[in-house]
Amino acid sequence: MTTVLLNRRRLLAAGGSVLVTGVSGLLLPAHAEGLAPTVSMAGGANNYRKGAAIVERIGKGGFWMSGTVRRAGDGAPLSGQRIQIWAHTVEGQEHEPHSHGATLTDKDGKFRLEMPQIIPIFGQPHGHLAYDSGEFKTVFLRPVMRSAKETSLEAHFVLQPA
Amino acid sequence: MRLARATLIWASLAAAVCVPIAAAAASPQLEWRGPVYIAAGFAGIVALGLVLVQPLLIGGYLPGLQAYRGRRAHHWIGGAIVVALVVHVAGLWITSPPDMVDALLFASPTLFSPFGVIAMWAIFAVALLASLRRRLGLRPRTWRNVHMLLAIVIVAGSVVHCLLIEGTMETVSKAALCVLVLAATIKIMIDLRVWRRRGESRREVIARQ
Repeated sequence: MTTVLLNRRRLLAAGGSVLVTGVSGLLLPAHAEGLAPTVSMAGGANNYRKGAAIVERIGKGGFWMSGTVRRAGDGAPLSGQRIQIWAHTVEGQEHEPHSHGATLTDKDGKFRLEMPQIIPIFGQPHGHLAYDSGEFKTVFLRPVMRSAKETSLEAHFVLQPA
Repeated sequence: MRLARATLIWASLAAAVCVPIAAAAASPQLEWRGPVYIAAGFAGIVALGLVLVQPLLIGGYLPGLQAYRGRRAHHWIGGAIVVALVVHVAGLWITSPPDMVDALLFASPTLFSPFGVIAMWAIFAVALLASLRRRLGLRPRTWRNVHMLLAIVIVAGSVVHCLLIEGTMETVSKAALCVLVLAATIKIMIDLRVWRRRGESRREVIARQ
């Protein structure tokens, strides 16, 4: 009886380890291919207005939206990429044209745009960002602030060729 | 003594419903919202306040509105909840159509949306069944069971929906209202022996045979 029990135990242990390594290998293929592209977030494209102008600052400012743009796979920073930003702020609602603006990434793939303070809308204080310039696949992001009192928000893009 | 008790009960109910509304009316968020969005938000708060009144009426806990009068009031307030809900949804739709469409299609990024939408459908279902139950020939016990089940969905859905929202409502008065809604619902479920009655009536049927 003891030998049977031991055998069964060994079999379970061996089978378990095969399962763990096999399944995790199947679930994490991105490791082999490098940086995975960012997927658009639910509701990210809501109230989007195509072609917001590149601006120094949206409205009177006071709040900072920043982030990075990198290439999928090798993670190389992408410079000169146009990122569009909009939100419900103290100066206007999401859909209003003056709540929208765009900026370009610098040589390190970083962007930073000053805008009015974001306030909670539809139950969450959140911003909207879009990469929608054609060279890479379009991505819409909708980051949420941890608290409505925060005065900055970050969002990061990893783009794949269109 | 009786009058004092009645006054106390009505004053507590008025406070439970009106304090959260007053606190929301003092929210700094209102400054940056349009009138339609503000109306939609308050319609939601009013609806939750009325959801608190419903079990109290059916349980006969409100002095002056017991038995038949309580039931009549329960019907009218049910209608008022539907109206408040329509204002809530329509107002939010006007404020931001894509966000409302996402919510109604269960594609919203916010966790509270599906809870609200499920509660909404449960409220519409109760209202529809309540107005059609005689025409449909619904047996009183079937109606009662369906209504109780939908009432639980409405209360649980509304409370979770409300608690997860970061909006104009002040946190403490919001939580208090939600706890009262839950407490009133649990109390009436116990008082009316919602779950025991079924077994008892089955025993009655068996006894008759």
